[in-house]
Amino acid sequence: MSTTTAPTEAADGEIGRARLRKEDRRLLTGRTRWTDSLTLPGMVHLSLLRSPVAHARLTNIDTGAAKQAPGVVGVWTGADLPEQGQMPTAWTVSEDMLTPPFFPVSVGAVKHVGDIIAVVAATSKEEADDAVELIDVDYEDLPVVTDPVAALADGAPLVHPELGTNVCATWGLDSGALGTGGSAAEAIRAAEADPDQVVIRRTLRQNRITPAYIEPRSIVVDPTAEQVTLWSATQVPHIVRLLMAMTQPVAEHELRVIAPDVGGGFGGKLQFTREEALVLLIAQRLQLPCKYTESRSESMQSSHHARDQVQELTLAARRDGTITALEVKLTADMGAYLGILTAGIPLLGGFMFNGIYKIPAYNFHCTDVFTNKTMTDAYRGAGKPEATFGIERMLDELAVELDLDPVEVRRRNWIKREEFPYATVAGLTYDSADYDQATDRALELFGYDELRAEQQRRQSSGDPVRLGIGVCTFVELSGLAPSRVLGGLNYGSGGWEHASIRMLPTGKVEVVAGTTPHGQGHATAFAQIVSDELGVPFEDITLITGDTGMSHKGMDTYGSRSLVVGGMAIVGAARKVVEKAKPIAAHILEADVADIDYHRGKFSVRGTQSSVTISEIALGTWLAHDLPDGLEPNLDSDNTFDPENFSFASGPHLAAVEVDTQPGQVTLRDYVCVQDVGVLVNPLIVNGQVHGGLAQGIGQALYEDIHYTEDGQLTTGTFADYLVPAAPDVPRFRTDTTVTESTTNTLGVKAVGETGTTAAPPAIVNAVLDALRPLGVRDITMPCTPVNVWTAIQQAAQQGQE
Amino acid sequence: MVSISITVDDVTRNVDVQPRTLLAHLLRERLGKTGTVIGCDTSNCGACTVLMDGVSVKSCAVLAVQADGARIDTVEGLAGADGTLHPVQQAFHEHHGLQCGYCTPGMLMRSVCLVRENPSPTEEEVREGLKGNMCRCTGYQGIVDAVMAYAQTAQEQPAGDADDMGGADDAYASGAPSGAATEEDR
Repeated sequence: MSTTTAPTEAADGEIGRARLRKEDRRLLTGRTRWTDSLTLPGMVHLSLLRSPVAHARLTNIDTGAAKQAPGVVGVWTGADLPEQGQMPTAWTVSEDMLTPPFFPVSVGAVKHVGDIIAVVAATSKEEADDAVELIDVDYEDLPVVTDPVAALADGAPLVHPELGTNVCATWGLDSGALGTGGSAAEAIRAAEADPDQVVIRRTLRQNRITPAYIEPRSIVVDPTAEQVTLWSATQVPHIVRLLMAMTQPVAEHELRVIAPDVGGGFGGKLQFTREEALVLLIAQRLQLPCKYTESRSESMQSSHHARDQVQELTLAARRDGTITALEVKLTADMGAYLGILTAGIPLLGGFMFNGIYKIPAYNFHCTDVFTNKTMTDAYRGAGKPEATFGIERMLDELAVELDLDPVEVRRRNWIKREEFPYATVAGLTYDSADYDQATDRALELFGYDELRAEQQRRQSSGDPVRLGIGVCTFVELSGLAPSRVLGGLNYGSGGWEHASIRMLPTGKVEVVAGTTPHGQGHATAFAQIVSDELGVPFEDITLITGDTGMSHKGMDTYGSRSLVVGGMAIVGAARKVVEKAKPIAAHILEADVADIDYHRGKFSVRGTQSSVTISEIALGTWLAHDLPDGLEPNLDSDNTFDPENFSFASGPHLAAVEVDTQPGQVTLRDYVCVQDVGVLVNPLIVNGQVHGGLAQGIGQALYEDIHYTEDGQLTTGTFADYLVPAAPDVPRFRTDTTVTESTTNTLGVKAVGETGTTAAPPAIVNAVLDALRPLGVRDITMPCTPVNVWTAIQQAAQQGQE
Repeated sequence: MVSISITVDDVTRNVDVQPRTLLAHLLRERLGKTGTVIGCDTSNCGACTVLMDGVSVKSCAVLAVQADGARIDTVEGLAGADGTLHPVQQAFHEHHGLQCGYCTPGMLMRSVCLVRENPSPTEEEVREGLKGNMCRCTGYQGIVDAVMAYAQTAQEQPAGDADDMGGADDAYASGAPSGAATEEDR
C-alpha cells in the first residue's frame, strides 16, 4: 500500500523502488547450493545418538556392535574425544554469572533430551543411522527440573550440581540509580498510598517457542587442504570461524567457513553449534570430508529454543491513565546450557519494557535460571518481543482498570513527535517517530470505531462467537550495535560491520558484505544502495558474501543489523571509491580536484560541460597507463562502520479476532499494522519482512508451543506436534507505512525484520482477552489454543460462582 | 536392491535402490536433483513436493520403488530449455512469493497441481490447497497472490504446462500412490 508521507528520496533513484529480487531466479529454478546438497569424494556421513532422557549419568556406553556394523568408519563418545573444547558463550552478563560445562559430545552425563552421547561415521547416512541404533547406553536417572520458577526453590534438583545452584546470573537496571528517572520502588509505594493512583500487578508467561527455519541445519567439513573448509547452514560464518578457532583444535587462519544458500534462520542459526564443532573434530580424526544434516526431530530437540519467561509486572498510574512507575521481575529459562547469547537475551528486553511511553520510574530485574531443557537463545526479536508483550499487556490491564479505551490510555502516555530525540527511562535515546500519525492511520484502515460498535451489538445479542479487538503500539531497538554500548554490557564482540567495493574494469561492481543473507534480499537492497551512490546500473552490481575466504571481515546477520549497520558500511565504502576516483577524474579532465563535482557516477568540472564517468575511470585505473603521480592503480575500497546509536522502528498493530466460546476456537479475522521503519529502500522487501514476522508472531500467539513434561520429555518434537502456521492459519494482512527518517544513520533507515514477531503476540492476546473479559476472563496462557481458551473460560466461570 | 526405471524431468533413468529408499533421497542423493529439498521427517512441511504422473506428492512420503515406471517432474524441469521461467515461477518472482527459497520448490510444484485441479481458485481455496506446504518467511501473502496470478495466466494461456508436465487425466488414470497426497490434515 502507499505511504502516507512521501519518501524523501527523489523518484529517479533506486532507493525506494519496489525492485523484484535479484536472488529469485536460482531459488525458483532449483539451481541452489544448500549445505546438504554438497557431496565430496570420499565423504562420510555422521549420525548422532541423542539422549532420550532429560537428566542422567552415563554409567556405560557400549559402542562395540556399532563399530562392527556395515559401512561404519568410526564411533566416538565424549570420552573418546579428549581434544574437544568447551562450547563458548559470548555474553557474560554479570561478574558472578555461572557457566556450566558444555561440550560438543557429552562427557559423563546428559542434561536435556537431545544432548549428544555418541557420533557414528559411516559411508552412507543410512548405515550411520542403523549403527546408532546398536549403541547400548546405561543411564542412571537423575532428578529433573523443567519449570524455571520451581528450579529456584530450595531443594530443587540441580541441573549442574557442581555449580551448587540453578541460578545462572542476575542482572538489574534501575532508573533511580541510572539517573534516567526516579526510584520505581518509591513511586509504587507512593502510588499505593495515593487514592488518585492505581497499582496493577500481573504475572505473565511467555511461552517457549522455536525459530523453526525450514532448512534443517547441515554441516560439511573438508579437511583436505591447507585451510579446512567448513560449510554450514548458519547466519554467522564469521562468528563460527572465530569461536571454532578460540575453542576447538584449529587455528583461525587454518579455517575457512562458508554459508552457502541458507534456508531461513530467524535467530535459530545465530549460534556456534556442537554439531559444527563435532563435524570438524571427526573430519580431522578421519582426514576425510564429513557431513552431518539434522533431521527435523533432532532440530526440535537440539537447535536452540526461545522466549520462556515468567514476568512479574507492577504498573502504577494516576486515574487519568498517566503511568507513574513500572517494575519488572523476570525469571528467564536458559535451558541446560549457555549458547553464544543465551544469558543476555532477556537483558535486551530490559531496555524495552518501557515501550513508547514516558515512564518516570523504572526497575528491571532478571534472574537467569538453568533447567533440564534445550537451551534458549536468539529468535527474531530476541528479548524485545518478550518486553513488548509485558508492557502492552499491562497497558490493556490499565485500560480495563480505569475503564478507558486501550488506544486512549496509550495515547496519554506515549512520546509526542516533537519530543524526539527522546531519552528513555531505560537509558536509550529514541531517534524519531510520530505515534499519533501512525495510530490514526491504523485506526482508520482498521475501521476501529465500526468494529467497537459491532462488538457492542453482538455482546448485547448474546452471540456465542465473540469479537475481540487488540492493540499493540510497539517500538523496537534495532541495528546491533554501537560497539561501546556492547562493551558496557560485557557483550563478547563489537557491533561494527564491514563492506568492500570492487570496481571491475568493465564498470561492473562487486559488493563484498560482512552480513550474509538467508532470505532477506541483501543482493537486491544493497545493489539499490550502491546504484544510487555510484551511478552504476542496478543490474551491473553483484553481491559477494557468506564466505570468510572472500568476505574476510564481518559480524554477520542478526538483530536487524544488515541494512542499518551493514548498509551504512556499504555507503561508506562507495563514498571511498568516489574519493579515490576524484583525483583521477581531475587528471583525465585536466582540472583541479577542488573543481570536480560528483553526482551519481559522473565527475564533472564545475561550470563546464566536461565530464567523465566512474566506469571510464575504472577502466583507466585498471590500465594504469596514465595516472596521477603517486596514486595506486586501484579504486577498490574497504570500510568498517560502527554506529553511534540504534534506530527504533515502531508502529501500531491492530487485531480483530472471533472467539467461539464453545470449543474455544480463535479465528484471526483482520490484522492491520502501520510501520514506521524509516526510509524504505525496497517496499516489496519491507512488506515481505512484515508479513513473515507477523505469521511468526501469530504462531506464538495462537499455535506454537514447545512443551516438556515434568520429567523433561519434549512432547512437541516434530512438525506434526509443533504447529507452524500454514496458509489457512493466517489472514490477509493489511499494512501501511509512515516515514520518519532515522536520525542515527545517513540513509534514514530503521529496521523491519523483527517488527511482526514483536508486535503481533500482544495485539492478538489483547484481542482474545478483549473478547472474553465480559465472561470474567482476566488472563490466558499463550498460545491461545482452543484448550487454553476453553480452560480460561471454565476457570473464570468457576471463580464467578465462588 | 530393487531395479526401477524412473523418468525425472524428461530423462529416463534405470537405478537399483534399497526397498526403504525414499523418492526424495533417490532424487537428491542418486540422481543429482538437489533442487528438491527436505525440511522435515513427518511429511508435514511439503518442501520435497514433486509431481508424480502429474499429481503433487511429498517425495519423502513415497518410496522410490513406488515410483517405478512413473514420470516425476521436479522444480528443475519447470523452466523452458531456453531458461524462460514457467508462469508459476514468474508469478512467484513478481509477487515476492519467496524469501529464503527453501520451501519454494515444493510450493511451486504444489501450485502447478493446485491450479490444474482448480483452474480458478478463490483465495480461500488457494490457502486451503497450500496447507500441506509450510513457509516460515513470507507469511504466505506473496505466495497466495502469486498462485492467484498464475491461475489467471494459466486461464489466459490454456495450452501450456499441462502438456509439459503430464496431464492430470493421465495421472489419475495411472493412479497416484495412496497416502502420498500433498494435502495433510493438520
